[in-house]
Amino acid sequence: MIEVRDLRVSYGGRTVARVPELDVAPGECVAIVGESGSGKSTTLLSLLGLTEGAEVSGRIRVAGVDVTAASPAELRAIRGARVALVMQSPQAALSPTTRLGTLMRRALKLHRVGDAERVMTEAVRAVMLDPAILRRYPHEISGGQAQRFAIALAVALGAEAILADEPTSALDVTVQAEVAAVLRGLCAERGLALLLVSHDLALVSTIADRVLVMRDGEVVESGPAARVLAEPAHPYTRELLEALP
Amino acid sequence: MSTPAEAAPLRRTLPRVTDRFALAGAVLIALIALAALLAPWIAPYPPDEVNPFDSLRAPDGAHWFGTDAAGRDVFSRVLYGGRTSLFIAVTVLAVSATAGVLLGVVAGYAGGWVRDVIMRVTDVFLAFPALLLSVALAVVLRPSVTTVIVAIAVTWWPWYARLSASMAASIATRPYVDAARCLGVPAHMIILRHVLPNSLTPVLVQVSLDAGGVILTAAALSYLGLGAQEPTAEWGLMVEQGQTLFTTNWWVVTFPGLAILLTAFAFNVLGEGLRNALDPRRIVT
Repeated sequence: MIEVRDLRVSYGGRTVARVPELDVAPGECVAIVGESGSGKSTTLLSLLGLTEGAEVSGRIRVAGVDVTAASPAELRAIRGARVALVMQSPQAALSPTTRLGTLMRRALKLHRVGDAERVMTEAVRAVMLDPAILRRYPHEISGGQAQRFAIALAVALGAEAILADEPTSALDVTVQAEVAAVLRGLCAERGLALLLVSHDLALVSTIADRVLVMRDGEVVESGPAARVLAEPAHPYTRELLEALP
Repeated sequence: MSTPAEAAPLRRTLPRVTDRFALAGAVLIALIALAALLAPWIAPYPPDEVNPFDSLRAPDGAHWFGTDAAGRDVFSRVLYGGRTSLFIAVTVLAVSATAGVLLGVVAGYAGGWVRDVIMRVTDVFLAFPALLLSVALAVVLRPSVTTVIVAIAVTWWPWYARLSASMAASIATRPYVDAARCLGVPAHMIILRHVLPNSLTPVLVQVSLDAGGVILTAAALSYLGLGAQEPTAEWGLMVEQGQTLFTTNWWVVTFPGLAILLTAFAFNVLGEGLRNALDPRRIVT
């Protein structure tokens, strides 16, 4: 689903992220971990061609599209419909003047998904939300509900991959677990590819199959989550693990 | 951050208090508009019925607001004048707000050279004092109600362009706009559905605050002889005609003056009320 080779993202000659290899297969969850400023979010955004003003080199194939060579229209066609982005602050990602149902209906229409009402109800149920939420405005729902709605949007649009940028860091601990469970379930049951960016190693250990550790824009370690988190090879990974409460 | 359960009762109680101001303003405006609209039915005399034998009569049972120098009923003329003045205000605001907001929102969202071009043009218009430019335009064009509308609209739109450009520029950086872009929504749809509706609140407030100003500017232009012409009933023109009589026949100038004052006041109250009622900090606690 996601295939990255020799990715380099730089702003004005300064390289902010370099990823030699990153693959995410359907049904797989890969996590990029590292502290703030380590280049994880930049890497994520570059996959959808959303790094404005940056020079991006290397090969990025997402859902069969060569992102570095694609036209704006081709990029718009994969954004949302095939690869969905779930953001850090779920409520801020919803336009305050639009009801959730209206927003989802427009997104479905934009990407020409038919039978909208049925698709919407199913998608909302798939993330354990009551379909009544579609009649609400963003300020009437909680952060956890908003995040699950963002995931429901990806489901409704039939996305094959979800890119999640710190999806739980703005949520309460109990709500974090719910959102993590929903993401995990979608990977397992619907075969979605999940690329997760997080500094929350507890979350990563519960849902990721593989882990990339980034520091200052470089990948310092990568491998199966169980191994990397149990027997870290790089001193920086050990540091991150020791910082856990 | 509070949960929706806490936020709900706050939303139910707080706006009530300040919404009363907005409501009072709206009711007052509705009454004024109704009086103007129904002028042909409620005015006791035709507005331009000249009656030399009845000139400059003080207010009494037959002529509530007295009569002017030509013997015309001031009450009837104030009612009909409201039609002209409100028509000017509504047209000017509709035209200038629509043009200003569209240009401003595009400039603010697009940024770069698009914004530079639009905002420099806007600045040129802003550089002229509004009344002065209106006077110049009114002199070039023939004095009439249409001239007043064109002249004021030309000087008024840049304010809305500026206001909505700054709103749109800040909205353009909000995560929900990023989210829309991540969903593959094209730029014109983002502007129409996210940037425009979310930057409209301050414009709405500004429009209602400006209505009084437009009526006063229109009155000033008429007063200077550059707007509505005899025998059109228009508040500014009536004040102009009545002012020399103020010491001897106070009613000729006072009632249209009060009408301007009351209307401007009503719109300002509505604007202030809306500003408070629509404050997003009160909606999202």
